[in-house]
Amino acid sequence: MLDKAIKGSQAYWGWLIALVVLMGIGFACYLYQWFEGLRITGMSRDVSWGFYIGQLTYFVGVAASGVMVVLPYYLHDYKAFGRITIMGEFLAVAAIVMCGLFVMVDLGYLPRMLNIMLYPNPKSILFWDMIVLNVYMLLNIIIGWNVLSAERKGVPYQKWIKVLIYISIPWAFSIHTVTAFLYAGLPGRHYWLTAIMAARFLSSAFCSGPALLILLCLIVKKFTKFDPGKEQIRTLGGIVAYAMIINVFFFFLELFTAFYSQIPGHMHPIQYLFVGLEGHNRLAPWMWTAAFFALVALILLIVPATRRRPDVLAVACVAVIISTWIDKGFGLVPGGFIPNPFERVTEYWPTVPEIFISVGIWATGFFILTVLYKVAVSVKEEVAA
Amino acid sequence: MGMDRRQFLKVMGLSTALGLGGKAAWDFFAPGQAEAALKEAPLTEGKKWGMVVDMSKMTDQVLDECIAACHREHNVPDLGNSKEEVKWIWKETYEHTFPEQEHEYSVEKYRHKNFLLICNHCTNPPCCRVCPTKATWKREDGIVMMDQHRCIGCRFCMAACPFGARSFNWGDPRKAPKELNPDFPTNPQYPTRSKGVVEKCTFCAERLAKGKLPACVEAANRMGPNILTFGDLDDPESEVRKLLRSHYTIRRKPELGTGPNVYYIV
Repeated sequence: MLDKAIKGSQAYWGWLIALVVLMGIGFACYLYQWFEGLRITGMSRDVSWGFYIGQLTYFVGVAASGVMVVLPYYLHDYKAFGRITIMGEFLAVAAIVMCGLFVMVDLGYLPRMLNIMLYPNPKSILFWDMIVLNVYMLLNIIIGWNVLSAERKGVPYQKWIKVLIYISIPWAFSIHTVTAFLYAGLPGRHYWLTAIMAARFLSSAFCSGPALLILLCLIVKKFTKFDPGKEQIRTLGGIVAYAMIINVFFFFLELFTAFYSQIPGHMHPIQYLFVGLEGHNRLAPWMWTAAFFALVALILLIVPATRRRPDVLAVACVAVIISTWIDKGFGLVPGGFIPNPFERVTEYWPTVPEIFISVGIWATGFFILTVLYKVAVSVKEEVAA
Repeated sequence: MGMDRRQFLKVMGLSTALGLGGKAAWDFFAPGQAEAALKEAPLTEGKKWGMVVDMSKMTDQVLDECIAACHREHNVPDLGNSKEEVKWIWKETYEHTFPEQEHEYSVEKYRHKNFLLICNHCTNPPCCRVCPTKATWKREDGIVMMDQHRCIGCRFCMAACPFGARSFNWGDPRKAPKELNPDFPTNPQYPTRSKGVVEKCTFCAERLAKGKLPACVEAANRMGPNILTFGDLDDPESEVRKLLRSHYTIRRKPELGTGPNVYYIV
């Protein structure tokens, strides 16, 4: 089926070439990092994870959210989602490739990466994160490809695929739970040391991922002959609405615990993020931007009249993505490190090469996504014709 | 004890030569003293190494000497930039060393006073738990070790350590600025390392193996007695245990359950 990917319009090729250019710039910046070390980033002894790990966390969520179309289709027999499950699965594949790349650029000594398998430590959550992410990627590639092939041939897919599909459902939850455990079990990092971390991660994933999927569906509808369907988009809109409400609710639970208990260690990171600490407030404008877009998204999503209009829903989805991305892809990581174990504030800000390396990885993800969607959409067009 | 180790070994050797079995012979000559003599473990054989820092004797001068000795011993470069800083041992004020224990009326003599900070060699170290490659691990003698040649540079251990005891080589330590480090590397005997790996205090494991005290303790001893005391916490007769018996001591963040093995007499 891959032949479908090399027959496309000028716009398709133009888009791919643009992505390749961004990938090239990112790779050049990575070479600079390779020779100079991670000193070219904004990270420091005090904030030892930054933008890369934030992106890893965010895109694990996007990957996990594929289950939001798979689960209703297979467990609740919600037939309408059959049309778009492949889009959820291929989005998951692209997202996980990005996760893997973000981990790789974050490693100080990449050539030793295989040490994770040569000298595995089963007590390390990072070891399990590697396993669940890789297995989830394989599951989605195998399931997506086989289901699509069967669809093209006009035959039902094989029975063993069904088994893999059922496995993939709890597995999707596991990838984001394990990613939350990377943070949630560390002593002395108050912003992360919260039992609700995995729940927060899942709720933010289940609004941001489907929001992205809605936008992708609208793009596919506009640029191809395949229509993902009105009902599908409307149902996804409902999922985004509920997940976003839960996401914001969980955030308020964190605020309550920190500020009603009045324990300084628990209040400090949130104070740093939203109002600043000891005069350092670099992230505050961003966090308020996230809060603003969360509010906009909630209003547009909760009111049925706005949620059901595809153009307004698209705006709401963009708002959800901005809000959740700032919260999880940007604020979460520094919030865990600031203030540091000595109650001192060292701020973090990504550098230009750090941003370009990240842009290169996003471009790689979108490249993979475009090619996979091209194949999927071409097959759907062919079957429909 | 009545005899030092050298005398003890002499008598043991002599009695063996006379055809009497080692410990049995000792019991014959001086009953009960064999156990006592064996109690102060040699530096190569501790069960749970720990350190006691006597803050009543600590001064900035001693701190600077200790830091310099350690960093010279381990080729820790001065990068002239706090964000890239590598430090195995350093100083920090009382308020920031014990942020949870400081209060507005806290002992005035300690306010703004600098404390000595190193890896706590925790009994239950979170850094070892999170390391995906076992590049950092706990030895049977209680030392939290760091293999800079296995580390992949994920920095999970830095996120896990609640004491900020770990440093990362953001750049290449071999490219330490010459004007700040004219004689770098300061110790050709110590293994070199590259950029992209984590490093930390190892209680001078390489010195202990030769029966020598950690470099900071040796430096402190030159400045005065018992400012830093290193020894086996499992041995009730060790110097560290004697100090812990006779003084009130505090540890950093004991509530986190990591079990720090560096004690501060205050």
